[in-house]
Amino acid sequence: MAARKVVARLSQPHLLGIEPLSIEDIELVLATAQKYQTRTAHETRPVSRNDLLAGKSLVLAFFEPSTRTRISFELAADRLGMDVVNLALEASSVQKGESLLDTVKTLVAMRPDALVIRHQASGVPQFLARHTSVPILNAGDGLHEHPTQALLDALTIRDHKGRLDNLKVAILGDILHSRVARSNIHLLSKFGARIALGGPPPLVPKGFEKLAPGVTVCHELDQALAAADVVMMLRVQLERQREPLFASPAEYARHYCLTTERLARAQPDAIVMHPGPFLRGIDIAGEVADSSRSVIPHQVENGVAVRMALLELLAGGAS
Amino acid sequence: MKPLLIKNGRVVDPASKLDARRDILLEDGRLAAVEAKIERAGAEVFDAANLVVAPGFIDMHVHLREPGKESAETIQSGARAAAAGGFTAVACMPNTQPANDTALVTRYILAQAAQAGGARVYPIGAVTKNLAGEELAELESLRAAGAVAFSDDGHPVWNSRILRRALEYAAALNLAVIDHCEDPQLAAGGVMHEGDCALRLGLRGIPALAEELPVTRNVVMAALAGGHIHLAHLSTRGALEVVRRAKRAGVRVTCEVTPHHFTLTDEACREYDTRAKMNPPLRTADDVTALVEGLADGTVDAIASDHAPHTPTEKQADFESAPFGVIGLETAVALALDKLFHASKITLPRLVELFSANPARILGVEGGQLKVGAPADLTVLDLERKWTYRAAEGVSKSRNSPFDGWSFRGAAAATIVAGVLVFRR
Ligand SMILES: [Zn+2]
Ligand SMILES: [Zn+2]
Repeated sequence: MAARKVVARLSQPHLLGIEPLSIEDIELVLATAQKYQTRTAHETRPVSRNDLLAGKSLVLAFFEPSTRTRISFELAADRLGMDVVNLALEASSVQKGESLLDTVKTLVAMRPDALVIRHQASGVPQFLARHTSVPILNAGDGLHEHPTQALLDALTIRDHKGRLDNLKVAILGDILHSRVARSNIHLLSKFGARIALGGPPPLVPKGFEKLAPGVTVCHELDQALAAADVVMMLRVQLERQREPLFASPAEYARHYCLTTERLARAQPDAIVMHPGPFLRGIDIAGEVADSSRSVIPHQVENGVAVRMALLELLAGGAS
Repeated sequence: MKPLLIKNGRVVDPASKLDARRDILLEDGRLAAVEAKIERAGAEVFDAANLVVAPGFIDMHVHLREPGKESAETIQSGARAAAAGGFTAVACMPNTQPANDTALVTRYILAQAAQAGGARVYPIGAVTKNLAGEELAELESLRAAGAVAFSDDGHPVWNSRILRRALEYAAALNLAVIDHCEDPQLAAGGVMHEGDCALRLGLRGIPALAEELPVTRNVVMAALAGGHIHLAHLSTRGALEVVRRAKRAGVRVTCEVTPHHFTLTDEACREYDTRAKMNPPLRTADDVTALVEGLADGTVDAIASDHAPHTPTEKQADFESAPFGVIGLETAVALALDKLFHASKITLPRLVELFSANPARILGVEGGQLKVGAPADLTVLDLERKWTYRAAEGVSKSRNSPFDGWSFRGAAAATIVAGVLVFRR
């Protein structure tokens, strides 16, 4: 691999998505995350704590329910000594009809050092970033992007495969409604991976091939899986589909659940990933999820490390 | 009131195939003479040297928000914005609160318009009660009160049985039914054009098909019911292709295209810019090419702005929650001059026809041509005027334009309604 320029700071003031990031930005995040990792492919390490961001505060504004991503951010902030304000938005002014912008302007007036936002509408972090200079970390916007997930996935893949280029990655399931898929496609494509998308035809439109270089759409799961080094399963986003796009979960599972037999089409050392929460027996068979091929727990641990890195890089400036 | 004498202008009147230097005399609200040289003692003189004088431009599709949403626009602010954009008349859609589905509301609009100053205002009546698409509105009473067409714009007339009945009434009343062509199931949940850009932004799409299917239904229906159907704001190549074939087959169908659809593509949504959110959505570059071809070859009958004011608070939202619609009264003529005429896509007489003779014919209103005895409504154009549009300085009460900060070659130089100069740049 050609030597890449090493940079000390991100080219962007916010983390809105993977698409606007440069390869150097991504390398910087991954390198920074490495020092916070509690597990690699070969070893487990003690939890790393410091007071790098002591005295700084982080606001978590989750307009859409989430447990894992929120807790992962909380842990990340805590391990860096940050104060965390967890906004219970159900009980706040959003319910009283206050506009999104007014709610966020109020939050920003409290001078947090960074703002983590999850919202059910695509583009909300971009919209808010136009109105505030507080660093915004996108924790998932609608169907658009989920950049921290793609970064933790990249860290996990590199731990196991030693590289991000010259890989075949199969991403399977409900691609259309998946912000995880979009962010992963952008990231892996930047590094030159070959990306095969598979799933039910209405959930994997052909247009995805134009999203980034190196993407192919296969409606046959076996074709997508063939010789894959990495198999990334997606959860069926029942709550984001506004129309029935398949007959029933059972019908979906029959044709698209990742079983041991289907996984046999991939490389013998292929790893299996899932952003969680997964639907056992629907998008992934229990025996696959529990097998040694599955790196799902590793993804969760890397999530905290990557979010620590992002907080350091984005909220670490003089306050 | 003094007669008004417009001297030395290049007079372009497609209806009489006139494109020559002429003087025009306006007297008692009517056009009194169009001749090579007119002298008239006591007349006020408007020197139109180096300017184009055309029949008054009519924007046949605007939303004035009164009654009900006066914070975004009033009949007065809308009529004045129209005049500032070069329009002598507008036709306003009935999706107000309450909707214009009764003679009472039509009369209210006309009464407000009479005091507005600026452009004339022609009310369009609802096809169905409260635009709900279920029961016919009082079409005959609306017509008697002054409605110039029927439409449920904002919504399609989706029930085919209702559309058929409306066309039968409209045929007898000699008015057009204007349909907002949108298949509600195919468009459900969509906020922009379904295509690569929507996929990238993670926004739900409105496919071209959602417009093309009802366009097809509408022309078949018009052929059956015999009425005149006018298709609002067409935006796709496929829709124009259906209209082209129907016209060849002799169906009474007309259609309009907006300046934003012939200028912008779905890429304008790229930064989640809510000023690029409207319905129908901005389409692809190929659709833009097709719309321009249709404007040139006669498939498209009119340019209309679909002026849809929204307050800054409403539009200052994330893309998915923001309302559909953009304002366009003050930029429509400039966009047509710059992007169509100066770009050598259409001739000046064709441009004038798209803004005057054709909308007048579709709505069955006076005007649209420069014959003696016609209303003294004129639009004066400065083809070479270079200027920059600033939405914040606009006459409209709203600011939601995707063309804020754009520079144009060509502008409306003056607007004359009933012999009165209501706007001069
Ligand atoms: Zn409409
Ligand atoms: Zn409209």
